[in-house]
Amino acid sequence: MIVDVANALVLLCNFVVVPAIAYGSQLALGALGITLVFGVLRFANFSHGDLMALGTMVTILATWQLRRWGVGAGPLPTALLALPFGALVAVVASLAVDRSVFRFYRVRRSGPVVLTVVSVGVMFVMNGVVRFVIGPDDRSFADGARYLMTAGEFKRMTGLDEGLAIRSSQVLTVFVAVASVATLFWFLQRTRMGKSMRAYADNEDLALLSGVDPDRVVLVTWTITAVLATVAGTLYGLDKSFQPFTYLQLLLPMFAAAIVGGIGQPLGAIAGGFLVAFSEVAITYAYKKFLRYLLPEHLHPDGLVQLLSTDYKFSVSFAILVAVLLWRPTGLFRGRVL
Amino acid sequence: MSYLAGEDMRGGYGAADILRGCAIAVDRGEIAVIVGPNGAGKSTAMRALFGMLRLRRGRVLLDGRDIGRLTPRERVRAGMAFVPQTDNVFTTMTVQENLEMGAFLRRDDISESMEEIFGLFPVLREKRRQQAGTLSGGQRQQAAIGRALMTRPSVLMLDEPTAGVSPIVMDELFDRLLEIRRMGIAILMVEQNARRALAIADRGFVLVNGGNRFTDTGHALLANPEVGRAFLGG
Repeated sequence: MIVDVANALVLLCNFVVVPAIAYGSQLALGALGITLVFGVLRFANFSHGDLMALGTMVTILATWQLRRWGVGAGPLPTALLALPFGALVAVVASLAVDRSVFRFYRVRRSGPVVLTVVSVGVMFVMNGVVRFVIGPDDRSFADGARYLMTAGEFKRMTGLDEGLAIRSSQVLTVFVAVASVATLFWFLQRTRMGKSMRAYADNEDLALLSGVDPDRVVLVTWTITAVLATVAGTLYGLDKSFQPFTYLQLLLPMFAAAIVGGIGQPLGAIAGGFLVAFSEVAITYAYKKFLRYLLPEHLHPDGLVQLLSTDYKFSVSFAILVAVLLWRPTGLFRGRVL
Repeated sequence: MSYLAGEDMRGGYGAADILRGCAIAVDRGEIAVIVGPNGAGKSTAMRALFGMLRLRRGRVLLDGRDIGRLTPRERVRAGMAFVPQTDNVFTTMTVQENLEMGAFLRRDDISESMEEIFGLFPVLREKRRQQAGTLSGGQRQQAAIGRALMTRPSVLMLDEPTAGVSPIVMDELFDRLLEIRRMGIAILMVEQNARRALAIADRGFVLVNGGNRFTDTGHALLANPEVGRAFLGG
């Protein structure tokens, strides 16, 4: 009996908890970028997913080049070494886009809806560039040690029937996400520049009256956003695989995460990222085997006991989004209303 | 020549001028008050002095220098500070962070200025770790004035600092302004509570239709029966 419960829990950890933690970290990093742009620049940036794709693409190209030169990072993926290049290009690209596109509308004090629609245009252009350069196909660029612990090792260790596999990309994702978030919060809470960003997000006019330079704030915001996007995109690509189209689709769960948490609130973006990830994974998981361990034999289910096919996983984000906007538009952490 | 002076200011937001040749001046260690009916251009005159409104004609002088071309941010650097009527604190930041933001342009040690402000407004010291959005109306005004003072300005401009606070709090605020005046700062404010404000004013300006109707010392304006009848409610 105890063994059955243990098997059920291990099964759940292996297929729901561990993947959702990794996926949640990736969403949280993406949602942070969305929430920062919304807080400081005051518009919903639809090009964020493709900024992620762009940064990741450059990281992949750099990874391939490094490998050609025979450079690697041992057990860690080579992509970690290539990440700074990807981030740099993403920063330059987002600053160039801001200079040539967004600034025009900011100076005219266009409404947030106008800027959002403009960002949709930017999204299509960036998506086109990425597909043009690296192609629309699936690209795998993960290398190094694949597993920290395989299912077989776990089974031998514990003697259970179910195995718990932990991929190195998952552990790496969590580590990098925690480090990025900690750095970001330290920056926002403790540094002069970070505080001036919060001040600008809080009350633009008063920030100007205090002598805050709006151009610097915008520059730093895009820089942080582009770095976060590249980190999130690379981690997602290492964990799953890279395909430009997938990154466009990631926009929905990332927005859902940012809004659920309360848009403009960095802490909310993180909470939202995990909430969306856990809901998505938990609702699309087939519980047949899990229930077989826990229920007496005559109650064993015949079907898959899957609430929703994985093909429809994005509808989970949609449902969460709609529910939050209906019942608590400010989100969990009392952000602004879109 | 006064320390801060706007001369023959004309301008507005659209085609029609709101300011029609109004003149405002204040010296260091003085309190100047702008009063007048709604729509007279009181706040607009303040905004023009601070560079938030482009003047079609006229000059703005600070310490004898024409600052008409400076942006608001450059005027902050030049020693001017402005406390807007509403939204004058960073609500999601602590009181201490609000004060720090006030000193954003300063690169020297700001702890002394902060002590000075805590001395002026002791309640801010008590609440310094609290978010400014949770403060009461009067405390919020104190935080707003404190933020403005952190730049160590030579001119402090306030747009209706007592709007929406109780009479007791209003007295308190006026007392503090007298203390700030003693620090040698030029104080210029727009006030709804005209009587109370003119009583502490070294200079008063009664604006009507974007121009000066009366300009005198605060006491002279209070004693002027015409001003009393038309603008101070009898």
